[in-house]
Amino acid sequence: MLIRVEDLHKNYVLGDTVVRALDGVSLSIDAGEFVAVMGPSGSGKSTFMNMLGCLDRPTSGAYWLAGEDVAHKDADELAAIRNRRIGFVFQQFNLLARTSAVENVELPLVYAGVAPRERRRRALERLAGVGLAARADHLPSQLSGGQQQRVAIARALVNDPSLILADEPTGALDSRTSVEIMALLQQLNAAGMTIVVVTHERDIAAYASRLIAFRDGRVKSDARQAARDAAADLAALDAQPQASE
Amino acid sequence: MGLAAVLRIALKALRVNKLRTALTMLGMIIGVAAVITMLAVGGGAQERVREQLKNLGSNLMLVLPGSTTASGVRLGAGAAQVLSEEDALAIALEVQGVVVAAPTIRGTGQVVAGNANWSTQFFGTTNDYLVARDWPLAAGRLFEPAEVAGSGKVALIGQTTAKQLFGEGVDPIDQVIRVRKVPLTVIGVLERKGQNALGQDQDDIVLMPISTARNRVLGQTQGRQRRIGAISVKVADGVDMKVVEERIRDLLRQRLKVQPGAEDPFTIRNLTEILQAQEAASRVLTLLLGAVASVSLLVGGIGIMNIMLVSVTERTREIGLRMAVGARARDILEQFLVEAVTLSMIGGLAGIVLGVAGSYVVGALANWTIAITPQSIALAAGFSAIVGVFFGFYPARKASRLLPIEALRYE
Repeated sequence: MLIRVEDLHKNYVLGDTVVRALDGVSLSIDAGEFVAVMGPSGSGKSTFMNMLGCLDRPTSGAYWLAGEDVAHKDADELAAIRNRRIGFVFQQFNLLARTSAVENVELPLVYAGVAPRERRRRALERLAGVGLAARADHLPSQLSGGQQQRVAIARALVNDPSLILADEPTGALDSRTSVEIMALLQQLNAAGMTIVVVTHERDIAAYASRLIAFRDGRVKSDARQAARDAAADLAALDAQPQASE
Repeated sequence: MGLAAVLRIALKALRVNKLRTALTMLGMIIGVAAVITMLAVGGGAQERVREQLKNLGSNLMLVLPGSTTASGVRLGAGAAQVLSEEDALAIALEVQGVVVAAPTIRGTGQVVAGNANWSTQFFGTTNDYLVARDWPLAAGRLFEPAEVAGSGKVALIGQTTAKQLFGEGVDPIDQVIRVRKVPLTVIGVLERKGQNALGQDQDDIVLMPISTARNRVLGQTQGRQRRIGAISVKVADGVDMKVVEERIRDLLRQRLKVQPGAEDPFTIRNLTEILQAQEAASRVLTLLLGAVASVSLLVGGIGIMNIMLVSVTERTREIGLRMAVGARARDILEQFLVEAVTLSMIGGLAGIVLGVAGSYVVGALANWTIAITPQSIALAAGFSAIVGVFFGFYPARKASRLLPIEALRYE
């Protein structure tokens, strides 16, 4: 079991009212799962994502990540856990401007204290893994949206994390590119990576093998599903026997 | 993260907005350049005073006869010829802390050598005068005791006098000059001394034994035998000149039989002290100039703080991302602090270059002695680093205290 949360609460105080963003969430995710988290805005899915990503601490409750109790760590320890355990993929890619693709991918390794030569080697390897070896020296502004998201995925992977957390990874992409990105995530999942995608699009959630729906800070439903094959969808879009990566 | 890596990130960030970086640095450049230039100008004034102090001879005191009243007419200082060679001797022998006391008689007149002639001043004195003035010989020899005692027809001449009488490149030693028609043999040439505090050329001088001046050149009357114009006193190092001055005063009052309560018939001028006071004044001037210039350094620092705050706001998402991928608060603090210090240090270094150049320009245009000391450069460099840390700390801390989720969602 990679992730286990028990009775997770998160309250925000807004003026006089207390907003219960998470109101007793308990669930667990095994290593190698591909989970989609859905829900309308205000349902608590983003807050849950922040908790999973160790970007925020719960008001109460417990969270074990890979057997480690991370609910009560201090800020520096959380930074180290994020660095070591979690790869983030964001809607807006969040690449550093005026910084080449390979240097963007290197960033987590910089904070992990990896030597420059080794950093470069691993970053290039990951870029090759997402099909962007030829564009290592390109700046984000010279790359398409889909390519930028691939760089971001390479960055998420570079530190060999236990978990990829993708927050609306296709939110800024057109539908074809979205399918490409989901195909890439499915491919990573097939290789054993645990992936949690937060989305509000049912089409995107369909590519996951487990769907968790949030409502009012609680888990409304949690069910396994037959995942759509993104690679097959791409092939259909191209009307060709093999989708290009 | 290594410092080299942080520095590279900082330089990269500073390159992004070149105009902004350049303008921010300009604040530092002007501040540091102003400090260096002002310290150089102030230091130059100090240097000049110190030069004069050195020229004068260290720990020098001058005993002059006081004024006298003749038929109700008060005459100026030196008019009363009350001091004698014996007084000089007594000061040298009896007053503790005195190294030498040289009696002098001063005169002016035409000096002739061959077909050249030159109007100059001459001093009748002893070898002690050169000790009192810290004035070594450039060539030749000092007076023999027999010459001092027995009106020897010898002279030491200053560099200017030598040049005027003999021209460049001629050895004046063993040549004969005539001072007020009295032939004297040049036995030595003094080192160059330069200008004194009032800008007079001290090298325009002829020195002769005191007896020669009195008996042969000035030809004074018997009644005034052994009367002298002044006594130059050199006080030993580390001795309080005030104390020695009092001892000399007491001794002279006793010797001259001055009634208690009566005015001194002589004046003691502590020349070193006057110049030291001037030096203190110029030191205050330097401090003042430096303080005024530091204000511009402060303004430069505020500029850095301002730009760093803008930069932190602009790069909130970048900060959020760095935190998400594992940067600790300390890493973010370090990054922005190094950026601020880099900004101020590069500005500081450019300011040092500009300041040194500016000092020379000011020195050349205003014909002013400037003194750029390594200390003032180190001070400026140190200050620019401190300014960077001081004014960079608040923005950097602000950046490091951002919450990752809020920074990531910042629009």
